[in-house]
Amino acid sequence: MLRVIFTLGSVLMLIAELPIQSAFAETPIEVLATFKVEAAGTPGFQEFSATRGENFFKTKHNHNLSCSTCHTDNPAAQGKHSETDKIIKPLAPAANEERFTDMKKVAKWFKRNCNDVLDRECTAQEKGDVITYLLTIHK
Amino acid sequence: MLFHIKNFTRNVAVALAMSATLSVAQADDHDGQKRTADNARWKSECSACHVAYPPGMLPAESWRAIMSGLDKHFGSDASLDAASASEITAFLEKNASAKKYNASGKPLLRITETRSFKSEHSEVSTSVWKNPKVKSPANCGACHTKAESGDFNEDDVKIPK
Repeated sequence: MLRVIFTLGSVLMLIAELPIQSAFAETPIEVLATFKVEAAGTPGFQEFSATRGENFFKTKHNHNLSCSTCHTDNPAAQGKHSETDKIIKPLAPAANEERFTDMKKVAKWFKRNCNDVLDRECTAQEKGDVITYLLTIHK
Repeated sequence: MLFHIKNFTRNVAVALAMSATLSVAQADDHDGQKRTADNARWKSECSACHVAYPPGMLPAESWRAIMSGLDKHFGSDASLDAASASEITAFLEKNASAKKYNASGKPLLRITETRSFKSEHSEVSTSVWKNPKVKSPANCGACHTKAESGDFNEDDVKIPK
């Protein structure tokens, strides 16, 4: 009897854990590791740096735009689309647990936003620096 | 038998009454555009940057033109992976407006240039469009409080001060 209860309990615990395990495809650390593998193979690679990432994030590149134009200077705060005013949820994982948990989504948005802000795709070094910076942000 | 005839007559009467109500509602100025068609991918992708404009607001040829130029989408890169793009294009085409807008021979890309948009908004003054809270005629949700759910009924319009 005890064994049945125990088994039943384990099954229930397993079921309870399932949604947590399958909620996100990746963790921000895993996403960052993917960019590190990519960046390490390029000439002039430097260890990812939060300071460089912050600088890149806040610097105006082309068209007088920076990452912070829409995401604001505080990545833990809500942002706003510069054209449509649509609310953008916080970018820092500490403030929004969904961020950087789906590599496909990460790739889609880096491609779009870098093309808009820099007229080119960002390098793995730049992406890694920015994520490293975002991971240092606390709520 | 008599019972059946009575029943039939009553059903016909009910049906007629319902269709009369329906046509009145459709002719009414307050029916607005109500979204009935839905697709999860269309909703999540298009609403990432703006209101997911209902497919019925543009004809199929316009949607095809928009979807084939997503890398330069009104000044922004809105490119999608091939599978998402083809699913969304099919959904838009299937539920597109049957009206033809391309008087110039080119498909219209902006809903704001359609005749229906212009006539529905003819009473809106220029000061409303210039209000920073409205910002752009593309910002449906500024006045149409239920735009997110595809409901553009005039009764739910609240023009910001």
